[in-house]
Amino acid sequence: MEEVDVEPTITNIPAISDGKHMGFAWGPGDILVYETRYKASGASGSGCSFIHEIRKDEDIYSPILRKLFNESHHIFVGLQTIREDLPSKRDVNAQLVRKNPHSVFYSDIHFITLFSGTILTLICFLLKVSILLAIELIWNLCEVLFIDAAPAGSLLLHLLDWVRLHKADVDEKAREVLQSESPAEHRDYWDVVVSYVLQGRLEEVRQMLVKQANLQPAARSMYKQMDTLLSKMPFYNPGGTQTLTEFDVKWRHWHEEVDRCLQDNSFASNRHLELICKILLGDEDTLLDHKELLGTWYHFLVTRLLFCHPTVKLTELHYYAQSCMTMFLDSRSVPEPLDNILLAAFEFDIHQVIKECSIALNNWWFVAHLTDLLDHCKLLQSHNLHFGSNLREFLLLEYASGLFTHHSLWQLAVDYFDHCPEFGRVYLELQIERVPLETERKALKVLRVCEQRQMSEQVRSICKIMAMRALRNNRLGSALSWSIRAKDAAFATLISERFLQDYCAKGTFSDLDLIDNLGPAMLLSDRLTFLGKYREFHKLYGEKRFREAAKLLLSLMTAKIAPQSFWMTLLTDALPLLEQKEVSHQQQLVLGHGFLPHIALQKLHKKRLQEQKHNIPETRFADPISCS
Amino acid sequence: MESINAKYVSQKISKTKWRPVSHSDLQLPEIFATGSWDNEDNRISIWSIGSNLSTGMEDGFEGDPQLLCEHKHDGDVLDLQFLDQDRIVTASSTGAVTIFRHHQNSQVLAFEFLLVDPEVLLVQTISVSQLWARAHRYPCDNAPCTGVVCSSPEIVTVGEDGRIVVFRADQEGVVRVIENADSSTIHAVTYLRTTEILTVNSIGQLKLWDFRQQSNSPSQILSLSGDRVPLHCVDRHPNQQHIVATGGQDGMLCVWDVRQGNTPFSLMEAHTAEMWEVHFHPTNPDHLFTCSEDGSLLHWETSSHSDMPSFLQGGRNSSMVSRSAMAPAGGKQPLISAWLSGDSSKGRLETTHMLPSQTLSVNSLDVLGPCLVCGTDGEAIFVNRQVPV
Repeated sequence: MEEVDVEPTITNIPAISDGKHMGFAWGPGDILVYETRYKASGASGSGCSFIHEIRKDEDIYSPILRKLFNESHHIFVGLQTIREDLPSKRDVNAQLVRKNPHSVFYSDIHFITLFSGTILTLICFLLKVSILLAIELIWNLCEVLFIDAAPAGSLLLHLLDWVRLHKADVDEKAREVLQSESPAEHRDYWDVVVSYVLQGRLEEVRQMLVKQANLQPAARSMYKQMDTLLSKMPFYNPGGTQTLTEFDVKWRHWHEEVDRCLQDNSFASNRHLELICKILLGDEDTLLDHKELLGTWYHFLVTRLLFCHPTVKLTELHYYAQSCMTMFLDSRSVPEPLDNILLAAFEFDIHQVIKECSIALNNWWFVAHLTDLLDHCKLLQSHNLHFGSNLREFLLLEYASGLFTHHSLWQLAVDYFDHCPEFGRVYLELQIERVPLETERKALKVLRVCEQRQMSEQVRSICKIMAMRALRNNRLGSALSWSIRAKDAAFATLISERFLQDYCAKGTFSDLDLIDNLGPAMLLSDRLTFLGKYREFHKLYGEKRFREAAKLLLSLMTAKIAPQSFWMTLLTDALPLLEQKEVSHQQQLVLGHGFLPHIALQKLHKKRLQEQKHNIPETRFADPISCS
Repeated sequence: MESINAKYVSQKISKTKWRPVSHSDLQLPEIFATGSWDNEDNRISIWSIGSNLSTGMEDGFEGDPQLLCEHKHDGDVLDLQFLDQDRIVTASSTGAVTIFRHHQNSQVLAFEFLLVDPEVLLVQTISVSQLWARAHRYPCDNAPCTGVVCSSPEIVTVGEDGRIVVFRADQEGVVRVIENADSSTIHAVTYLRTTEILTVNSIGQLKLWDFRQQSNSPSQILSLSGDRVPLHCVDRHPNQQHIVATGGQDGMLCVWDVRQGNTPFSLMEAHTAEMWEVHFHPTNPDHLFTCSEDGSLLHWETSSHSDMPSFLQGGRNSSMVSRSAMAPAGGKQPLISAWLSGDSSKGRLETTHMLPSQTLSVNSLDVLGPCLVCGTDGEAIFVNRQVPV
């Protein structure tokens, strides 16, 4: 047995008293648990009549996350159909998370503030938002490292973008400072400047410093010097003609210049500018002094790389990542799951990333989509798992099965199953039959799903359920339309029997609008054809078109599609025709004789049965024809 | 397709409807209502798209529909109509018919998070104004009410139980019931004239009912001569009351002339799956819109040099098949109507896909003026404010 990665969490069920044994049954997404009467010692106790349902994944019921599930489904389907080149895949998936958490939720936050019931709801909401922001962070990093896989030089630029995207509070603070009366004297002014430096946004730094420079004309030259330094910092241009080596040389020059400024004490009189200078040199201690402004170890990592090793390669990243994390976090604090995931990403251990995410997150949504994307980019070496499918398929199946337990999201799950080549169809067949069908409209949608995938057994089963329900409610027309859909001849026969029974009982047909307008559906079953034709016979008779009526009746008899129970009725119907002038003598004879053998045989059979009961010896019968 | 926005709303939308704008104002429609289905808690919601028609929005939020208010709804919302500016009638899968009232200015005491003093805010709310709980039923079960149509104050509903029920808003009881109007499910209903309605059912029949007659049988029955394909939606031409369009399970769009006998005037292959709704444009009836289970929304436009739209030209028994489902997203594909017995240049039928890419089933659409709204099973609402009509 494999070792478990993480200790399983224990959930206490409050309603079950201590020490009682529990029985349980697994469901598709939950466990049903009940209290048993078993006692370890002594007489068995009294049971409890409650069944408890324990559900792990609450997320699919969150209205906020539902938006994410739907959008990601849309993009997933789009991704499966793009086969060719990588960049478009990237673009498609880039939309997935990047616009969502901010856009989707912040537009609703006002509404939720107004109408949410309790503070708890709000806290849950905010928690979800923070989880989603974490997911976005991880996803973007995976894109940068695994999919973009930029070479040295560009890599740092991508990482800078990544950090900037996730540290939006700097801009807010900056806005506040700039909108104040005297920005340079605002108490947060230097924090903003330093934050911009840490993010490598030197243009903004220069603009801010101009304001300070205007306030201190005496120190103008010092500010000018800093401005020059900042403007000269080289940034790698991937599209340009400069090679990496040239960039490296230029950068070292600049680095030495900054160092000289520091050694010369050019900024000694202004501690802020000196601080900036130290940061530009990438001095670790200075950076670590500003932990609150950096916020996270990965920001520290990127800043350090920016000012120490801008030509870092993908393969070198993990050395720096590990050391930065250790330096930044106190020796006492334990790294959080998010930290472990990011570290695994920096170490290029894709499987570890997926594993950690699976453990940390409640729902398979994230790992399923991430794995799918990586698989499409051919980055995932598919191990064959013990149960035959690869990792991508396994995760997609888990995710989609979870969706199927949701009363509404099952429609999304169908598309996921479609793209699981090995087991998708089987899973779908098993799950689709369990979707509850409360209305006809829902049944029609489920049917369409089955028909599009040629799941004929499921089609038949669903149509039968709906037809039986209709029959029970005496909706014969509906029942017939369901059996036509399933091409279920047996059921159509059943319905026709009902009609004929009604006729025998009441003497008239019910639901004439249906029987009169059967159309080609009549051919579905013999009984149904008989019903339609019999009704036609009645109509013809009613219109006094006796010749046609007789012809029809004749054909009904000879075609032998009439049920036995109806023969007497048909014969009774034939009798008045025998008296009609329009009916030809020939027809009369045939009518009269046509059924007689059948009737006689019937009588014979009955008599035989009676005899067998009373054990009377056989007697000869008179010639049937002479009896007429 | 730039002018179409998608908004994800966490509920599968079964019906969308624009609130009617009064003809005197030249206002564009701003408010629409939606109903959800297949949720544990279904709701009807009212949305606003605001009066600003900003173009070229990067953000996409200015044009996004904003939720104004919503209300819990018992059962799936199977149909939804505006009775007047403030009242909405819904048909429920529990068999109930409900009238909701939209209050535009209710005062509410709101406690904003982290603020101690409550504020009095003017908000919009919805309340239940009237409820007929078992309008449609079986002897021992509920029957979903599948369609509702109204012409204030009269409301006509139809359901899976095959009954047609007439109500009056503000009156408790039922005005008239036609029991056993149909042996199969009635899927949709529409007014033909003020005293006549048209229903479609799941054995492919159109039935005309005249309320002036006391009998419980239809005054006319029309159906296709071929297979009895269930019909799901029906709409009447706004100006010519005898022209009716229907859509069915096989995705065929049929145009009928109810004065002239038993077969449809034209048949067009529109979709590859059930067609859920068909609508003539209310002021520009040369335009027709259909939406379907296959995830597409088509805009049909006829243009002919003569006065009559080309639906009405051509012989009685002619039928036309036009391949429109394969048009690329956003592309226009001109189709020559082969059914015109004479000069084919007399009329053209153009079909355009209105949605940007494949979606789950489009359950409902509504069009008013240049604005179109539709709702899908992908829990998204699409609003297009620049429909070319």
